[in-house]
Order: sequence, then structure tokens, then C-alpha cells
Amino acid sequence: MARIELRALAHRYGSGPYALKPLDLTWQQGGAYALLGPSGCGKTTLLNIISGLIRPSEGFVLFDGIDVTDRSTEARNIAQVFQFPVVYDTMTVRENFAFPLRNRRVPEATIRARVAEIAELLDLVDVLDRPARRLTADAKQKISLGRGLVRADVAAILFDEPLTVIDPHHKWELRSKLKALHARLDTTMIYVTHDQTEALTFADQVVVMDAGEVVQAGTPEELFERPAAMFVGHFIGSPGMNFLPCVVEGAHAVVGGHRVPLGAGYAPPAGAALHLGIRPEFAMLAAHGVPVTLARIEDLGRTRLARCELAGKPFVATVPEGFAPDSAAVRVAMPSRHLHLYADGKRLQPIAAAATEAA
Amino acid sequence: MDRPVNNRAWLLVLPVLGIVSFSALIPLMTVVNYSVQDTFGNNRFFWNGLGWFSELLDPSTDQGGRFFDALWRNLLFSAIILTIQVPLGIAVALSMPRSGWRVSASLVLLAMPLLIPWNVVGTIWQVFARGDIGLLGAAVNGLGIPFNYTQDPIAAWVTIIMMDVWHWTSLVALLAYAGLRSIPDAFYQAARIDGASAWSVFRKIQLPKMKRVLLIAVLLRFMDSFMIYTEPFVLTGGGPGNSTTFISIDLVKTALGQFDLGKAAALSIVYNLIILAVCWVFYTVMTRNDARDVA
Repeated sequence: MARIELRALAHRYGSGPYALKPLDLTWQQGGAYALLGPSGCGKTTLLNIISGLIRPSEGFVLFDGIDVTDRSTEARNIAQVFQFPVVYDTMTVRENFAFPLRNRRVPEATIRARVAEIAELLDLVDVLDRPARRLTADAKQKISLGRGLVRADVAAILFDEPLTVIDPHHKWELRSKLKALHARLDTTMIYVTHDQTEALTFADQVVVMDAGEVVQAGTPEELFERPAAMFVGHFIGSPGMNFLPCVVEGAHAVVGGHRVPLGAGYAPPAGAALHLGIRPEFAMLAAHGVPVTLARIEDLGRTRLARCELAGKPFVATVPEGFAPDSAAVRVAMPSRHLHLYADGKRLQPIAAAATEAA
Repeated sequence: MDRPVNNRAWLLVLPVLGIVSFSALIPLMTVVNYSVQDTFGNNRFFWNGLGWFSELLDPSTDQGGRFFDALWRNLLFSAIILTIQVPLGIAVALSMPRSGWRVSASLVLLAMPLLIPWNVVGTIWQVFARGDIGLLGAAVNGLGIPFNYTQDPIAAWVTIIMMDVWHWTSLVALLAYAGLRSIPDAFYQAARIDGASAWSVFRKIQLPKMKRVLLIAVLLRFMDSFMIYTEPFVLTGGGPGNSTTFISIDLVKTALGQFDLGKAAALSIVYNLIILAVCWVFYTVMTRNDARDVA
């Protein structure tokens, strides 16, 4: 049970480039966090630094305000579940679960109770006394999970893409169980994944990483509605956010010769590459707005998406119910409160809002 | 679907059959032939039935006594070799570096003794352990401990065992190291997270993962030490007395020293059968373990 702070933390392997660029981040006690990003973006490095498997080359790790940067994994009291199953071959499932507790000299009665509880939770009661090596990959990963969850007093539980080897049907079930467990245990959980669905359904707070950098940390709604960077807009949502190169004239963006009202004034830095961003969910085909060329309509069941072209760039918009375009020349409405302006990939604050947020 | 059946295809096996017969079957059968006959020279042979075998397997006869003495020596030697080399090899493998240039350096160093011809190993140790001019022998004598492997059976055994440990522990270490390298890092990380002690990491992770290669190492080392000939032949020639006369040395003495072809042939066959039997036991144990893992 701890609040985890990372201060001016950075890491490089050997003398190579930064695997993790300098960052400051706080994980509140009891939070359910997801670390989301493409493969190789530094998620696992960050996780291993928190658990103490890797010592950061720069900066500090604080648990409840105490510097633990130089403390061993054991001393930090962290549980971690890895991407691929780790089971102790010579032991039974029960002994596997009990192993982390025995190593810490927990009383036998407590061990028995905890093991029974975890086996129940993971549906492994029937195989408790079977040798662990004979089980399927699914079951083995559940054993790894169980060993992570069995200790009651941990500062945090870290999951490194724990459901990679689990089949899709069980994935959903296990994720809900983890979520329920989090609600019950009040333990900080950090869940690393490259799958946005996993991240958005598991976590209260999602930390998006790209190329060794934390791009945005926020609730799933914030990530969806106000992506702080073009990367987040692309990475989260399916399909991702639309981005259109533009120029800004006061409170208007000019895209391919069409003026789009932004609803607020912006002061973009001179010389920056500007993009106008809008989620397909909020861009509606309509009778008025910016003219686009319709390529085709995809029916996704609940919604229909229009694949269009706007000023030579692909653009995805939602087709409102009952809307039947009669030709390829249609128009798209972009409500100004869902429009975001990006300078060199980063989101710009409108002038008025920037003033109030700064105050 | 009808498959064409042409029995002439069997003719294709003939060359292999010919080579195997020439190189293995015929020499082996010659030995079997000698083992049931006696000769008084002049290339004249007499049928002796199982006479040589019953003499060999009866410890009260001269031949049988020699054989059983040599057999116990062999078994004792193999037992000592295994109890030293296997734990030592594992210890060496555990203390080897896991990455960087040191890996290649230590692998090359370890492989070195394995590349030295066996009679050269014998010669090196013969000189090294000499009480008068050998570095080891002279040093031990200099400490006030009498050490002379040509006269003292204990000293001879100690020298042969040290020589074999020096020569072959590398093999066990290399095999154990290969087993260790097959363990993914995640296992060590998980063990650290689980708070496992170094001893439990060894018992619960490393040893189980090394089990298969260690079985192979034990098999190889048993076979090799049970068949040892060259090094003790060069070092002690089987002496002092008969104290380091292993079966192979006795066999050569019987066949080439005394020219007792019948006795030597019977001894060869029994020696061979012992090794085959031990091989079979190891093979069965290994395959049964594998089958259990799969089940």
C-alpha cells in the first residue's frame, strides 16, 4: 500500500540512447493504472524500475515519500506478473502459490487461507495438488498471476502484459476479475499493455507512452476527448483521430481553402507544423460544413462510418442515422468543441482557456 | 493407392551391410569366436565352451580375482569421479558470467583441457606430479608430506583422480552451463519478486532445468571413466603393484602382454556387456523422465 513517485527518472541501457526519457510521475495509492504504448516504447523498463529489477540510471523512485531507488525488489515489497508464464516445475500448484508467502515466513494458517482464496478466484481449485508443469499455458499464466496476487500486504502489483498467452475468451473474464479484485483490495495496480481495449477497460488512469516518453496521463475519457498529442489521437480510438494540415487565422482554421471555426483564438508558435484534429465519432456528415468527397460507407452495426477525402487527405466521419447521401459530394460538420489544434504533434491550448488554466 | 513393391530395393542396403560387417560385425564375432576357444600357438585352436567365462566370473580363480579387483577399482573410480566432477561442474557453471566478452573467454578456457590428447594429459600429469622435479609433487614433498605416486597407491589414486577432474570437469561445466542458459530471465526476476533465496533459486529453478543435461553429463562421465585407459596407462601403467589396474589395462595386459586371446576375448565381451547394461539403464531412466514430462 503505497503512493509511488518517480522523480526526474530516466534510464539508458549501458551507454546507449535513453530507453526512458526523463519523466516525473505519481501513482496514487489504490489506483488502477494502465501503461499503454506500442512495443518497445519503454513500458516494461518503467515497470522493472518500479519493481526494482532495474536500477534507473538517473532520478529517484519514492514509495510514500521514502527513497527506495537503491532498495532491492524484496525490500520494496512489490508483486509483479510477467508476460510469459513462470511456474516452478517441481512444485504443485498449491506450493507455487504458497512460495512467495513461505519465503517471507508467513504463518502456515494464513498461507492456507490465502492460497485457497486465490485458487478460488482463478478457478484453479481442482488442480491445486497437481504438478504445475503438466498444466496448459493458460493455467500456467494463471499460476503466475496467482503468485502475484497471493501476498496481501504488497505496495503495488505490477502486470506486464499478463494476458498475452491467455485465449481471448478467458482474457475478458480474467480482466474483469482483476478489476473486481482491485476494487476489493485497495492495492495500487499498474497494468502494462499495448492493447487499448485492455487499458481503457482496466484502468482509472491511463499513462500513454511513446518512444521512451510519457505522452499523456489521464482518465480514458480525457485521452479520448482531449488527446494531448497526435500520437495519443492515433493510438487510442478505432479508427484513430483525423488530422488535417491547416493554417490558423484568429479563431478559424483554414483547411484546403475552407474556413473552420475553432470557437476560440489560438496563438500557434511561428513555423510549427499545424494540424487540426477531430475524432470520427464527432465529425458528422451533414447538409452544411466543409465539403468532402465520399469514398464509401462502412456499416459497423451500431454506427456507420464514412470514408472520405478532404482536401486530398483521408478523413473518417460518422454518418448520422437516417442520413442518405445522394452523391459523392457531401459535407461534414465539425463542432468546434471537439476540434483540437496541434503544433508539431502537441495539443495547443486556446488563448482564453490557457489564461484560465494558468490562473 | 497402390504402392509399387519391388524387393530388389533391398539390394540398396547391401553396401551399408557390407561396411558394417567389415568394420563391426566380423571383428566382434571374431572376439566371440576366440572367447570360446583355447590355443597353444601355431594357429591351432581347441573348443573351450564357456570355460573362459566361468573362470572369469569366479573370483576364486586367478583370472576371476584379477577381473573383480579391477571391476571394483573401476566402480570406485567412477563413483569418486562423479561425486567430485558433477557438483564441481555445476559450481563452475553457476559462477560463470552470463554476458559480455567474459562468456567467450571462460568458454575457451574451459574447453582447453578437453582439446588435449589423452596421452598428452597423462604425460603432463606424469611430469607435474613427480616427486623430484614435478611442480606439484615437489611442492607437496616440500611441505613435508611424502608424495610419490610410483610407490604409494594412495598417491597414485589421488594423482589419477586430480588428473581426471582437471581433464573432464569442463565437460560437466559446459553441459550445465548450456542448461543454465536455457532458463529465461523472467524466471530469475520472478524468483526475486517472490523473495526466493539463492538456495531456493538453485533448488527450484536451476537444478530442475539442468536435470536433463546433467543426466547426459553423468552418463558420459560414467562411460568415459569406466572405460578409462590412456591416462592411467601413461601415468602409472597400472601400478604401483596392481593398485591402478583398471579393467581396460588388465584387458590389454591379458591380450597383448600374456597373449591369452581366449581369456582376453571373454573379458572383452563381459566388459562390453556391463557398459551396454549401464547405458540401457540410463537410457530408460531418461526416456521415462521425458515421458512423465509430456504426460
